[in-house]
Amino acid sequence: MTTAQPIYGMMAEFDNPTDLVHASKAAFEAGYRKMDTYTPYPVEEAAEAVGAHHNRVALICLIGALLGMIGGYSLEYWVSVISYPINVGGKPFHAWPAFIPVTFECAVLGASLATVFGMLALNGLPQPYHPVFNVSGFSGASRDRFFLCIESQDPRFSLGDTRKFLESHHPVQVSEVPY
Amino acid sequence: MSNHTDSNPVLISADEIKPASPELETVRKKLASATGKRYWRTVQELADEPAFGELLQREFPRGAGEWLDPVSRRNFLKLAGASMALAGLAGCTRQPIEQILPYVRQPEYLVPGKPIFFATAMPFSDYALPLLVETHEYRPTKVEGNPQHGASMGATDLFAQASILDLYDPDRSVNITYKGEPRPWGEFLGSIRGRVLYHNANKGAGLRFLTRATASPTFGSQMAAIQQTFPQSKWHRWQPVHRDGARAGSKMAFGAYYDPIYKFDAADVVVSLDGDFLSGSWFPGFVRYARDFMSRRKDPDKGMNRLYVAETCPTTTGAKADHKIPVRNSELEHIARALAAKVGVAGAGGGQINADQQKWVDAAAADLMQHKGKSIVVPGVFHTPALCALAHAMNAALGNAGQTVTYIDPVEIAPVEHLQSIRELVDDINAGKVETLIIIDGNPVYDVPVDLGFGDALKKVVTSENGMIVQLAIYNNETSEYATWHVPMAHYLESWGDTRSFDGAVTLMQPMIAPLYGGKSANEIIAIFTDQPDSSGYDMLRAYWRSQHTGDDFEAWWRRSLHDGYIANSVFPAKQVTARLGAVPPPPAVDPNAIEIIFRPDPTIFDGAYNNNGWLQETPKPLSRGTWDNVAYISPNMANEFGFFVLETDGIATSDSQKNVNADHQSDSQNVIEITLDGRKVKVPAWPQPGHPDQAVSLFLGYGRKKTGTVGAGAGYDAYSVRPMTSQYVGSGSIQLTKDHWDIAITQGHFTMDTREPVKAASLQQYLDNKQFAHNPEEEPKEADSLYPDFRQKGWYKANAWGMAIDLNSCVGCQACSVACYAENNISVVGKYQVQRGREMMWIRIDTYYAGDPANPSVYFQPLPCMQCENAPCEGVCPVGATVHSTEGLNDMVYNRCVGTRYCSNNCPYKVRRFNFLLFADYTTPVLKLMRNPDVTVRSRGVMEKCTYCIQRITAARINAEEQNRYTEGRIDIRDGEIKTACQQACPADAIIFGDINDPNSRVAQLKAQPRNYSVLSEVNTRPRTTYLAAVNNPNPELEKA
Amino acid sequence: MATKIDDEIDVLPPKGVRPPIIGPGQTLGTVTDRIGGIVLAKHTPVFWFLIVALCVALFGMLNTAIAYLLGRGVGIWGVNIPVGWGFAIVNFVWWIGIGHAGTLISAILLLFKQGWRTSINRFAEAMTLFAVMQAGLFPLLHTGRPWLAAYWLFPIPLTMGVWPQFRSPLIWDVFAVSTYFTVSFLFWGIGLIPDFATLRDSAKTLLVRRIYGMLAMGWRGSAKHWNRYETAYMLLAGLATPLVLSVHSVVSLDFAVAVVPGWHTTFFPPYFVAGAIFSGFAMVLMLAIPFRYLYGMQDFITLRHLQNCAKLMLATGLIVAYSYSMEMFIGWYSNDKFELGLVHNRLHGPYSHYYFVLIFCNIIAPQSLWLNKVRSTPWILFIVSMIVQTGMWLERFVIVVLSLNRDFLPSSWGMYWWTKWDMMTLIGTMGFFTLLFFLFIRFMPAISISELRGLLPQSKVKE
Repeated sequence: MTTAQPIYGMMAEFDNPTDLVHASKAAFEAGYRKMDTYTPYPVEEAAEAVGAHHNRVALICLIGALLGMIGGYSLEYWVSVISYPINVGGKPFHAWPAFIPVTFECAVLGASLATVFGMLALNGLPQPYHPVFNVSGFSGASRDRFFLCIESQDPRFSLGDTRKFLESHHPVQVSEVPY
Repeated sequence: MSNHTDSNPVLISADEIKPASPELETVRKKLASATGKRYWRTVQELADEPAFGELLQREFPRGAGEWLDPVSRRNFLKLAGASMALAGLAGCTRQPIEQILPYVRQPEYLVPGKPIFFATAMPFSDYALPLLVETHEYRPTKVEGNPQHGASMGATDLFAQASILDLYDPDRSVNITYKGEPRPWGEFLGSIRGRVLYHNANKGAGLRFLTRATASPTFGSQMAAIQQTFPQSKWHRWQPVHRDGARAGSKMAFGAYYDPIYKFDAADVVVSLDGDFLSGSWFPGFVRYARDFMSRRKDPDKGMNRLYVAETCPTTTGAKADHKIPVRNSELEHIARALAAKVGVAGAGGGQINADQQKWVDAAAADLMQHKGKSIVVPGVFHTPALCALAHAMNAALGNAGQTVTYIDPVEIAPVEHLQSIRELVDDINAGKVETLIIIDGNPVYDVPVDLGFGDALKKVVTSENGMIVQLAIYNNETSEYATWHVPMAHYLESWGDTRSFDGAVTLMQPMIAPLYGGKSANEIIAIFTDQPDSSGYDMLRAYWRSQHTGDDFEAWWRRSLHDGYIANSVFPAKQVTARLGAVPPPPAVDPNAIEIIFRPDPTIFDGAYNNNGWLQETPKPLSRGTWDNVAYISPNMANEFGFFVLETDGIATSDSQKNVNADHQSDSQNVIEITLDGRKVKVPAWPQPGHPDQAVSLFLGYGRKKTGTVGAGAGYDAYSVRPMTSQYVGSGSIQLTKDHWDIAITQGHFTMDTREPVKAASLQQYLDNKQFAHNPEEEPKEADSLYPDFRQKGWYKANAWGMAIDLNSCVGCQACSVACYAENNISVVGKYQVQRGREMMWIRIDTYYAGDPANPSVYFQPLPCMQCENAPCEGVCPVGATVHSTEGLNDMVYNRCVGTRYCSNNCPYKVRRFNFLLFADYTTPVLKLMRNPDVTVRSRGVMEKCTYCIQRITAARINAEEQNRYTEGRIDIRDGEIKTACQQACPADAIIFGDINDPNSRVAQLKAQPRNYSVLSEVNTRPRTTYLAAVNNPNPELEKA
Repeated sequence: MATKIDDEIDVLPPKGVRPPIIGPGQTLGTVTDRIGGIVLAKHTPVFWFLIVALCVALFGMLNTAIAYLLGRGVGIWGVNIPVGWGFAIVNFVWWIGIGHAGTLISAILLLFKQGWRTSINRFAEAMTLFAVMQAGLFPLLHTGRPWLAAYWLFPIPLTMGVWPQFRSPLIWDVFAVSTYFTVSFLFWGIGLIPDFATLRDSAKTLLVRRIYGMLAMGWRGSAKHWNRYETAYMLLAGLATPLVLSVHSVVSLDFAVAVVPGWHTTFFPPYFVAGAIFSGFAMVLMLAIPFRYLYGMQDFITLRHLQNCAKLMLATGLIVAYSYSMEMFIGWYSNDKFELGLVHNRLHGPYSHYYFVLIFCNIIAPQSLWLNKVRSTPWILFIVSMIVQTGMWLERFVIVVLSLNRDFLPSSWGMYWWTKWDMMTLIGTMGFFTLLFFLFIRFMPAISISELRGLLPQSKVKE
C-alpha cells in the first residue's frame, strides 16, 4: 500500500474487551483524542477511555415531554372551552380531571419520539457509508471482536508511530482504514 | 285480453263454462295464455271439490293452459313487481279531484313544508273514531284525534294510529281480478250490471249482501234503496268480534236494542262485570271512557272514584281496578245475580258464589248502595244476555239510569244479532238459494264460526250453475280465494263516507289521498246495484245529506260539517227506557272441573284485520309484553301443575336457574298446549298470566292467517279454527300438554320490581297520611350536593325548559302512545327475530310490573320515554359528542355525528336508547317513502336513536311563535299546550303532560309541584326532566280490614 | 436434538442452587450463531410452514368475518340492548392485557436491573406489539359505523367544526392505546438495531446483507453511539413504565367512569393492571415454552426464566384474587341495592356458571404455582398458563356482560348470546397473532443478541 493517499485512521483489532480497554486508556494517556472503539455490545469502560461520558439525549427527552404535555392539554382546553363549548351531561366546559389522561399520554408520546429520533440524530444515523467498514474482518465488531480506531485527523497521528503504538498492546492485527 | 266478454256480460257467468263453440274455444285459449301461476294456485287449493275440479277440467282443455311456460311466469312476476312499484310512485301526485287540487294549480292554503290537517273518521267495529289527519303535500302521515268531537277529545287508540301504515301497505290488493286474473274496472262494471239485470228479473231472489256492521247513514240509505228494487235480496252482517250478548241483553231488559252510554266522570263507584272499558276500542267509547274515568283519579286530594272488577281474561281494566277478583266465565253470572239481589233487583238472586266472591260482592254492593245515582255497573260486551240484562236492571235499581248511564238507539244501521245473521246466510246457501253474494270488507272464510263451514258454502256458490261471489276487500285474504270477482277496497283515508261515533254523532270521512291502489269504497260498489251505477262516493255522500239537510244554507252547512269532521247536534238523544226484567233464566251450575276456553280479540291485532300491520305486530300486548304471536293465557297455578316455566313476579320467583334464563331471555320459549273444543284441536303457546282464573284458558283471535301479507304471514295460531257457534266467547273443552315449544318474542322478561321500585304506589289512605310517600330523603340527592356547575346560572335553560310528567294513576297501558311514536318519528319495525335478540326500536315503551299474589296481583304500567336527564350519563361517555344538551335542556341525539359505540346505551340507567344494529329502516319500498314524516330523519344503520320529546314539534311551535312575534321579556313565548308530543296527544287517559317547566302556570310545572311527583332512579342523580306522579289507588277500607 | 438438550438443560440443579440464566459453555460467537442462525438458516423447519399455514387459514377466516361485518352491520354479532358491548370489548381488553407483560419485562425489569429479562424481552415486546394490533381491531369494528369512527375519534378538523369529546373514556383509550403502540414499537425497534447490524455482518447472501443493512441504519458499535443508545434505552424504559400502568388503567376507566353497577368502582385501575400482567406472563410462557423447545433455545431461555415468570404470575394472580374478593365484599358491604343485585346476579344469576369457572381458572388453578415442581416443569406451566388465559378472558366477559345484563330497571333486563361471527372474529385474531409471531421468529432475532453478549462471563473487562 502507498502512504500517498490519505487514510481515515489506524485500526487495531482485539479478541477480548480487556485488551481493548487497556489499549484505549493507553492511547488516551499517549495524548490521542480523535479515536473510537467498536464493540459488539456496550463496553462502558471503553467509552470512558475514549472520553464519551456525557450526552444530551436526556435534555431532548425532557423538551419532548413538555411539548407533548402542553400541546395535549391546550388542545383539549381549546376544543372544549373556546372552539365548541357545549353542555355535555351537565359537566363543566373546563373539566380538567377528565383532561389529565390525554395530557399524560401526549407527554409520554412526545418524550419517546424525541428520545429515539434525538438519539439517532446525535449518532448521525442512518449513515449509509462509513470508512471503518473497509477494514477486513470489521464484521467481527458485531460478533466477538473489539476494535480501536485512532483517526488520521488526530494531530498526534502518524502512520509509523501510531501503528507501533497499537501493535505494542498485543492486538490480533493492526490495519489502515482507507477512506 | 279479449273484449268478447265485455260486450255480453252474461258470458262471464258459469254458463260460459258449458262445452263450447269454436270461437269460445279461442277465447279460452287467450284467457289461458294470459293466466299466470296465480290462477292455478287457486285451483290447487280448491281442487278437492270434485264438481269444481271437473268444471276446471272443462274450462281448461288439456294443453290449452300455458301456465307451465317459464317465460310467461317470469313475465307475470315482473309485471306484478313493477305494478306494485308504479302504484306506489303514482301515489305521489294523485289527489282526489274534489276538494284537493293538483299541484300545478297550487291551492292558496298549501304552503310546501307545512302540514295541513283534515278532519275525517276511522270506522272501527260498528262505530267510528273522529280524527284529524296530518298531511304533508297531501300525503297523510299522522293520525290524531278530533279534539272538538266528544268521542275523541283529541285522543286516539292504537288502531287509529297504526291505520296510516295500513294505508301505505305494499301488500294491499292492487287490482280487480276475475277468478284471479287482472281485469279492468269497466269489465267488472259490465259483469255486475249484467247481474243486476238478471236480478231485476227475479226481484233479487238469490242476491245476498254480506258486510261488517256499519254505522254509515249513506250506506244505510243505499241498502234501503236496494231493498226496494230487490225485495227478495237480503243484507247479512258479520263481524267476528260482535256484541250479540249485549244486544240480546238489552232486548231482554228493555224489549229493544239500545246502546248504553256511560258517564264515568259522574260516577263515584264503578263495578265492572268483565266490562273492559279501559282496554280497547272493541268496547264502544273506550277512548272517551278512559278520559272520563281517569279524570276522577287525577288528584287524590279531590277524592277518587273506586273501581271493582270481576273479570275472566285479565285485561288492563282489571289492572287499574281497586278491587279485582279473577273469576271463571261460568261464575260471573252467579256473581251478577248475587250483586243484583243485594242492590235490590227483583227476580235476581240464586247465585252460588264462594267466600272471596261473597266478600267482593258485599263490599261492592254496599258501595253501590251508598252511591245511588252516582255509580255504574258495567257488563262485559262478550257475555250472556242475562248478565247484561242484570247489569241494566242494577243500574235502574240504583237510579243510575238517566244519571250515569243513558241509553240511545244503536248506532249500527239496522242492528242485528250477527251470529243469527251469518247462520241464515249459510243456511240459504246450503239450501241453494244464493246465486250472487256480495261480500264487502271482512274475511268471513277466516273468521266465521268454524262449524258453519263457510268456505265449503262459498264453494257451493261458485260451483253452482249461476253462482257469483264478489268480494270487496283491502287485502287478498282467505276469502279472495273463493271470490269470482275481487275488487280492492279503498282505505278509509282514501274514500268519502260518513259514519257515527259511539254516541251517535255523525262524523264525515274525507279522502286524504286518491286510492293508491285504485280501490273502491263500499258505497261505490253498492251503487252499482242502484239506479246510478259508477257514481262517485262524493256525489252519493253529498246527495244523501242534501236530502237530509233541506234548507238553502246547505252549502255553508256542508262546508262547516266537512271542516269540523262531524255534523253538529247529531248525537243521539238519550232514550227514556225502563228495565222490565222478567224472570232471568238461572245460570247453569258452575262445574269446577271443566276447563273454560275463552275467546277474546287480540289487544293489538283485534280480530285479524290488522294482522299485516308491522307496528301493531311489534307492539307488545299490554299484559304479557309478547309481540308477533298470540299466546294462550293460563293461570300460574295451572302452569305449576303442568310444571313449566312460570313468569317471575314478586309472588313467584322461580328457583330453578334454568327457568330464570328463560325469564331473562328476550326470546321466551313457551310450552305448547293443545286445546280441544268440540273435537277440534289447536296447538297454542301457553302463557302463565298472573291474575288469570284457574281452570280456564284464554285464546286470542286474529292470528294464524293462511293468506295474508308478508308481515303477518306465519305469526301465531288460528283461534277461529276452534271457535264454534255455540262457544263464541267461551266454551268448555280440554287442555293437553305437548312436547313442543314455541319461542315468543317478548320485550320484557322481568315483571317484578325487584328492589328497584321504579313505580311508587300507595293507597289513598296511605297517601293522605304521608303525601311524601314517593320520596326517600336518604336516597334522593339534594340540588346542592353536586360538583357540577349550575347551567341555569350560566344562562342555559333560561328561555324554555321542556319537561314531562307522566301520571301513573291514569295510564291504562293501552299502547296508543307507543304506536303514535312509531308514526310520528319514522321508527323502524325490526321483526320477530330481532325482537327476540332484544333489538326492538320503540322510543316510548310501557313497562308492566306485577306485585303480590300471582293469582291476583296488583299491576302497574309505566310508560318510559327518554328521561332527558339534566346530568345525562349518556352524554359524558360519547367520544364524538353525538349526544349533547340543548339550551332548552333536551338531551339531543346528533344522528349524523353518531359512530355507534353504544356506550351511551350501556350507561343509560333507563335503557331507553335504541340502536340500528342493522339497516332496519326500509329505504327501498317506494310507497313507504310517502308515509314518512318529512320532519324526522330516517335513521340509517349503525346509529343510536331515542325519544327526542318530538323536537320537530317543538321547533315548529317555536318558528310559529317567532313568526307571530310572540316575545315576553326577551324569550319566545310558546303557550302552554301549544306543543303536544305525539304520545301525549294520542293518550286517551291524558296521562302524559309535556310543557315548559320554567312557566310556573304550565300544567306540567303544576303537576311536578305535586307531592306525588318523583323521578325514577333519583338516587343515580341523573335529574330527569321526565318525572312520574306516583300511583294512588282507592281500595275499600272495609275490604282492606278483612 | 431439541429433546436431547431439553433433557440435559431442564434437569433441576441441587437444592438451593438456582438454574443459570445462560446455559454453560456459551461464547460470544456461539450466542451470535445460535440466535442469528434461526434467521439466516438456509432451510426453514417444516413445523414452521405447518403452523404458518394454519395461521394463514385462521387469518382468512378473520377477514371473512370482518368483510361480512362491514357489509351487514354490527347486528350480525350478539350485542343488543341492554348488553350493548359483547365479545368485541371483551376481546379488546383481553388482548390489551396480554400486551402488558412485554413492556413490563423490557422496561420495569430493566430499571430493576433484572439481568434474566434479556433473553425473553425481545419476543415479549414483539408479543406486546402483536397483541395490541389485535386489540386495536375491536374498538373500531364494534362501532356501528367504523368508516367514520376510524378518524372521528382523532382530533382532526372537520367541516362540522366538532371535535372529539375529551370527557369520554373512549377518547382516552384512543390516545392511550395508540401511544402505547408507538412507544412499544420504538422500544422494540431501537433494541433491534445492533442485532440487525449483526445479521448484516454475518449474512451469507448479498440480498440479505442489503436488507438487514438498511434496517441497521449503518450501526457500527461505536462507543459514542453505544453511550447515547444506552441513555435513550434507559429513558424509554423510564417512560414506558408509567405508560404501561396508565394504559390498562385508562381501559379500566371505560368501565369505572360509567354508572353501571359492577363497572362503577374506584379500584378498577390496579385491579385491571394486575390482571393484565397476570395474563401477560401467562402468554409469555405460552410462547416461550414451545419456542425454546422447537428451536432448542433452552440455553438462553432456561428454567430460571420460566420459574421467574411463574412467580410473577403467582404474585399478580394473588392480587387478582384479592380484587375479586374485594369486589364481592364491597358489593355486600355497600348495602346498595344495585350492588347487592350485582352480587346476586354473579352468584345466582343466569350466568353464574361463567363466574365460577372464572374463579377456578384465576384463583384456584394458579395456586399450583406455589410448588417448585410445577414452576420447573415446562409442560405443566404451559397448561396452567392456558387455564389462566381462559380465566382472564372470562373475567372480562363477567365484567362486561354480567354487569349489563341486569342493571337498573328489571323491565330492561336481558340476555346476551354471541353468534358464530363473534367466535370467528375471536379465533381469527388468535390466528393472526400467532402468524405475526412466527413471521417475527423467522425474520428477526427473537432474542436480543447484543444484550445477551453482555451477560456472558468473558464479556467482562478484567482489571
